[in-house]
Amino acid sequence: MPETLLTEGVSELRFRDPAQARALAGALGRVVAEIGRSPVSVMHVCGSHEQAIAKFGLRAVLPRDLNVIMGPGCPVCVTDIPEVDEAIVLAQDGVRIATYGDMLKVPGSAKSLADAQAEGAKIDVVYSAAQAAELARDTNEDVVFFASGFETTAVATAAVVLSAPPANFSVLSAHKYIPPVMEIVAEMPDTRVEGFLAAGHAATITGSAIFERFVERHKIPVVVAGFEPLDILGGLVKLVELVRDRSPAVVNMYPRCVTPEGNRNAQDQLWRVFRTVGGNWRGIAHVPNGNLRLRDEFATVDARKKYQIDVRRLWTHAPSALTQVCICGTIMAGTASPHECPLFGKQCVPDSPVGACMVSSEGTCKIWYQYGGHPDL
Amino acid sequence: MTATLTAGVEAVISLRHGAGGRAMRRLIAETLAAGYADTPVDGIGLAAMDDGAALRIGDRWLVVTTDSHVVHPIFFPGGDIGRLAVAGTVNDLAMMGATRPLGLTCAVILEEGFRRSELERIQRSMQETCREAGVTIVTGDTKVMGRGELDGIVINTTGVALADSVVSDAGLRPGDRIILTGSIGDHGMALMVKRHGLAIEAELSSDVAPINGLIQAALAAAPGAVTAMKDPTRGGVSSALHEMAEKSAVAIVIHEAGVPVSRTVRAAAEMLGLDPFQIANEGKAILGVRPDAAERVLAALRAHPQGAAAELVGECVAEHAGRVILDTGIGRRLLVESEGEPLPRIC
Repeated sequence: MPETLLTEGVSELRFRDPAQARALAGALGRVVAEIGRSPVSVMHVCGSHEQAIAKFGLRAVLPRDLNVIMGPGCPVCVTDIPEVDEAIVLAQDGVRIATYGDMLKVPGSAKSLADAQAEGAKIDVVYSAAQAAELARDTNEDVVFFASGFETTAVATAAVVLSAPPANFSVLSAHKYIPPVMEIVAEMPDTRVEGFLAAGHAATITGSAIFERFVERHKIPVVVAGFEPLDILGGLVKLVELVRDRSPAVVNMYPRCVTPEGNRNAQDQLWRVFRTVGGNWRGIAHVPNGNLRLRDEFATVDARKKYQIDVRRLWTHAPSALTQVCICGTIMAGTASPHECPLFGKQCVPDSPVGACMVSSEGTCKIWYQYGGHPDL
Repeated sequence: MTATLTAGVEAVISLRHGAGGRAMRRLIAETLAAGYADTPVDGIGLAAMDDGAALRIGDRWLVVTTDSHVVHPIFFPGGDIGRLAVAGTVNDLAMMGATRPLGLTCAVILEEGFRRSELERIQRSMQETCREAGVTIVTGDTKVMGRGELDGIVINTTGVALADSVVSDAGLRPGDRIILTGSIGDHGMALMVKRHGLAIEAELSSDVAPINGLIQAALAAAPGAVTAMKDPTRGGVSSALHEMAEKSAVAIVIHEAGVPVSRTVRAAAEMLGLDPFQIANEGKAILGVRPDAAERVLAALRAHPQGAAAELVGECVAEHAGRVILDTGIGRRLLVESEGEPLPRIC
């Protein structure tokens, strides 16, 4: 029964059809009921999934016994404090910082880039890596592209690095790589994650086969899903079916964009420019191979090699006591929800965020704060 | 508490304080509008934080509003700073129910080096917009500042009008219907695309226009039935609805399927990760109307050339007062209010 719904639902072009969405939600409820446990917990690892779930009001139609957890899928949220500090120090030294809009308000140890901008630093909001390089071409000033994002956006950065950018342009990479963090979350002692919904756009690059090894090792199913409401609901139905049938497998529910092998050309560019190194993901953990850094042969484009960045001079004050209370990490690990944080909606609001999850439009706390987080409207 | 958070950082004004959202409202309430409570106003004053003031004169109302205009770029698809300066003030008066302005003042501050030809072009545009609105500029002021002391040109306009009755933005009651006079997001999206040099190969044009004639038609269609009005400028429809819901102590339910958004605005917003509900408009209004008069007001709006795309988009309910709820057709959620300038997200 769900099978036919899925083929009809996902091959239809109208991926936002309310009637089909309700039919898929009904199917989801039936499969979860067949499992006969509560809650059944699955995790997605992509802010765009949470955005779409919130934007289309999908939480209002999800079965009560299904717990869809948002994992560490917001690249802005997991950008570590010292990485933000590096950008702020460069900005204070008069370098022009070009970055994505949602990086502006991420709190560093003492302030955010938006604070630095209000104090006179030159910060430009760009929509793409190419636009940052364009900005450098139009000026004599040094421009540093403070680059964040997962492998999807890292590919765009790589393409710019490979396209002979002007000499006054360099990259401060805060790019992160998703597959290693899934291992971390799956191995966390208190995780209850029974299945992963993988991000369709990242998989267009990496391919769906990249998850095979993970599934084999952890015996947890992975479903690759797109971002329209029917994509997500269809992906969830497939995922809980795999949970019900105890069949850990990789299923690609986004075949209109994703192939098993992915985009070879993009992968080639990505790995020519970047290598993986271990590093801290804010609030999560040290993630082995979780950070993407420029390879040595691109030293002239690497802001960390081009400038002496000493972030210690920002550390004139002890970090705010509030940051000690913030439970962003536990929220991103999927073991707590925003309402369990004593700061949520009180001291921590989008206007003055304490944790990074309240900053980005893809952060769990901000999404809950804005869209309500409660489906009973 | 926030003081500890930002220890060592002196509080300064940032751009989000001027973007029409929550941050701006809080700043105004805490600083610029604070301290006048002991001299009460007979009518609608600063404390109401409405589109303008309404002062009682005998059995009529003197409606006053003022607005400073800065826009980058000063000439944009569909308009320019001059048209914006006239339309913005005429519309703020209209939102209070004063659709026949007595006159406007105009104060201009120019940067040394500003081209005379551009000033003349702006002046012609102001004249033309005044004609459309049936108003004239009755007095003004001009200053020139040194190069780099401001960015090109700032125009302030003040409008005055007499009205027999005043419509506030706080008069919604449960059961009232919500009408939008046309498509949303056109102005902000046209500017954003032009300002950031985004390669969108489609016609995007600002909706900037004086709509006092349109509002007059709506008010005349059902006297006393329009309970609240607001023009969704900075902060977009979302901010305007939030203000109306909070001040009126009702919840507003909006049915997304009924909200007019042009295909181009929808596509551009989707691409940039922006929400059309948060994007500025300069020629639209949100009307709260008593349920029995909603169809009449809608028909009157649609009969006017500026209101052909008007739609009934929602209603007010008593439960969840102060909230704005969006029914997406699949489920319900809260509508997002912008806190500052809408920023595109990264993926």
